[in-house]
Amino acid sequence: MKTAQNSLLIRGGTVIDPAGKVEGQFDVLIADGLVAEVAPRGKVKGKAADSIDARNLIVAPGFVDLHVHLREPGQTHKETIASGTAAAAAGGFTSVCAMPNTSPVNDSVEITAWMQQAERGAVVNVFPVAAATIGSAGEKLADYAALRKAGAVAFTDDGRPVLNDSVMREALVQSARIGVPLIQHAEDTRLTTGGQMNTGATAFRLGLRGLPPEAESKIVERDVELAKATMAHLHVAHVSTAGALKAIRRGKKDRLRVTCEVTPHHFTLLDEEVRDYDTRFKMNPPLRSGADREAIWAALADGAIDAIATDHAPHALHEKQVEFDRAPFGLIGLETALALAITVLHRRKEIPLRRIVELLSSNPARIVNLRGRGTLAVGSIADVVLFDPRARWTYDARQTRSRSRNTPFDGWQLYGRIVATIVGGRIVHRA
Amino acid sequence: MQNKDKRSLLGIELLPTEDIVSILRLSRRFQRSRPKPLFKDKRIALLFYEASTRTRISFEFAAKVLGATTTLVHASASSIEKGESLLDTGYTITALGADVIIIRHPSSGAPHVLAKHVQIPVINAGDGMHEHPSQALLDAYTIQQRKKKLDGLRVAIVGDIFHSRVARSEVLLLSRFGCRICLCGPPELAPEVATTLAPGVTVTRNIGEALRGADVVMVLRIQKERLASLQLNVDEYIANFQLTAERLRMAKRDVILMHPGPIIRGMELSGDLADMPQSTILDQVHNGVAVRMAILARALGIKI
Repeated sequence: MKTAQNSLLIRGGTVIDPAGKVEGQFDVLIADGLVAEVAPRGKVKGKAADSIDARNLIVAPGFVDLHVHLREPGQTHKETIASGTAAAAAGGFTSVCAMPNTSPVNDSVEITAWMQQAERGAVVNVFPVAAATIGSAGEKLADYAALRKAGAVAFTDDGRPVLNDSVMREALVQSARIGVPLIQHAEDTRLTTGGQMNTGATAFRLGLRGLPPEAESKIVERDVELAKATMAHLHVAHVSTAGALKAIRRGKKDRLRVTCEVTPHHFTLLDEEVRDYDTRFKMNPPLRSGADREAIWAALADGAIDAIATDHAPHALHEKQVEFDRAPFGLIGLETALALAITVLHRRKEIPLRRIVELLSSNPARIVNLRGRGTLAVGSIADVVLFDPRARWTYDARQTRSRSRNTPFDGWQLYGRIVATIVGGRIVHRA
Repeated sequence: MQNKDKRSLLGIELLPTEDIVSILRLSRRFQRSRPKPLFKDKRIALLFYEASTRTRISFEFAAKVLGATTTLVHASASSIEKGESLLDTGYTITALGADVIIIRHPSSGAPHVLAKHVQIPVINAGDGMHEHPSQALLDAYTIQQRKKKLDGLRVAIVGDIFHSRVARSEVLLLSRFGCRICLCGPPELAPEVATTLAPGVTVTRNIGEALRGADVVMVLRIQKERLASLQLNVDEYIANFQLTAERLRMAKRDVILMHPGPIIRGMELSGDLADMPQSTILDQVHNGVAVRMAILARALGIKI
């Protein structure tokens, strides 16, 4: 058999491909950007120009991040498509969904197309999520069909949630018509005026105004009702409360197309850790209570939560080193997602690696309909991640590929290290 | 030189109890002795992002009487208005040779952010809804003066607890001395969560329950500027929670009536109450100078 030009053999690893229902010792041959063969160790028939030794490593479909702020166009001092995707590659992500709250807001075919141009220097696949309404002002819907054609994989107004019932209903109807999910950042902003962190004892002690958990759950309850009425695909972004999960579970039980994601920081940290007005712990939704985190762990284990997404939100140091109530919300998260999942979910909560791969790869790929991704089945696109689940390392935010380093996980000792990230058959990151 | 973090006064929460005791002891000495130029050649910057009468004048007098040079930086009449950040303002004041920064700021935690970055001690003169440690210290001083002790007193705090930095510092300080503290107000202003602040704290909606057996009654102003979206029915508030001479009779016979000011007569307390003999409102203001002398001496590392 001839050697394919652009070919790579991944030898000796443990393949975990939940979508393809494959788990075990397999070699994977990549040729011309596709998965050419998956065969028991040493049994691959084709020849490869190159090979990677994957002994003691997990070989999985590349991670898909449903929620990333790449800040371009407009806020390149925080991040660029090039720097953000470099951080993604270092974190094992082969595809990222770019949120529309850029400057200007991505509500147009032009910006959607611009973000995907080669000149942006993306290292991994960038799938724009376009604005649900013009300017994310919550009034007039964007042109979903045209945006879909230009490459948008979903719609959302993210940080500026759609509150108006009839606008939300219409947004669901329109996204259902073209078969893409509508993503909602669930926050009733009428209940969160001036809110800085989760409502509770810590907020009271610090004299900070709260973002109450009901502000999230109420919107999710309404949206699930609307999803029922419209039969649309509702995707709830960064779920943080037990109340919201309850509503999502109800929707799933009713067999509605309701999916959701959770961030690594919400399954790792608690609101009581907001000490000393450290703005690296300031994000929206905020860190919640222990009971909320318990509900998140249970939902991650039993499938009520579909995906892990980072909500990677870079901000410059000078923007974050200010009074707590003047600091922007958000933290970077692409480089620590897998390690937090392994450290917290796998090692502490005993969630199997297969489930973690599902949460990071196959499920998010399916949520935004990325055909040929999120699996290592023969013929699929060769987006692959290799990681060592046992490797212990220390995260040093100064070494980040992101332009920003606003993370509370700086200096944390973590388990689970990305060894290689392969996009379309090409190695884009190697530890 | 002592570590600047130990000389800063950011809040009662971070202040060791022995430091509270020594500040109160030092305050007594300042109040009894003739002022000496102990702070000669010291530069003290008052960085005020928010309006203040009592606290500012009190700190300024305390500093000047003991010979320090002071300067007032007000947010609306400085580079802050041009957009200079808190940290850059702090670095500038430090570079100008200040020995201490006294800061008042509408954002909770602003002094903590500043103290983390500048190399000189920072004194919190009130930060947002968080803490007002010098007020709590001068109130403790005043209580001690009148009651000859702090330990085990029954204290009622009536009014806007939620938005009050004074309330938080007061509760944190008095609970260290085993005081039983009852907070009283409508749910929006005296939320149940306030009981988590310290041991021995209760919340009631019934002013009679709060006042009964109280040694100290502290009244707090309704902070209109911080109510945000909250709708408060003023008539209802007055009917249920205004402190009147009649209501005060439910407390102990030798009760003292305190208020950190500014007082709004006819709102949180009835018009004439502030002038009654039980009232310590002006004692509090008066004592504030000596207490702030002690706070500054501690910050400057000056022993007397």
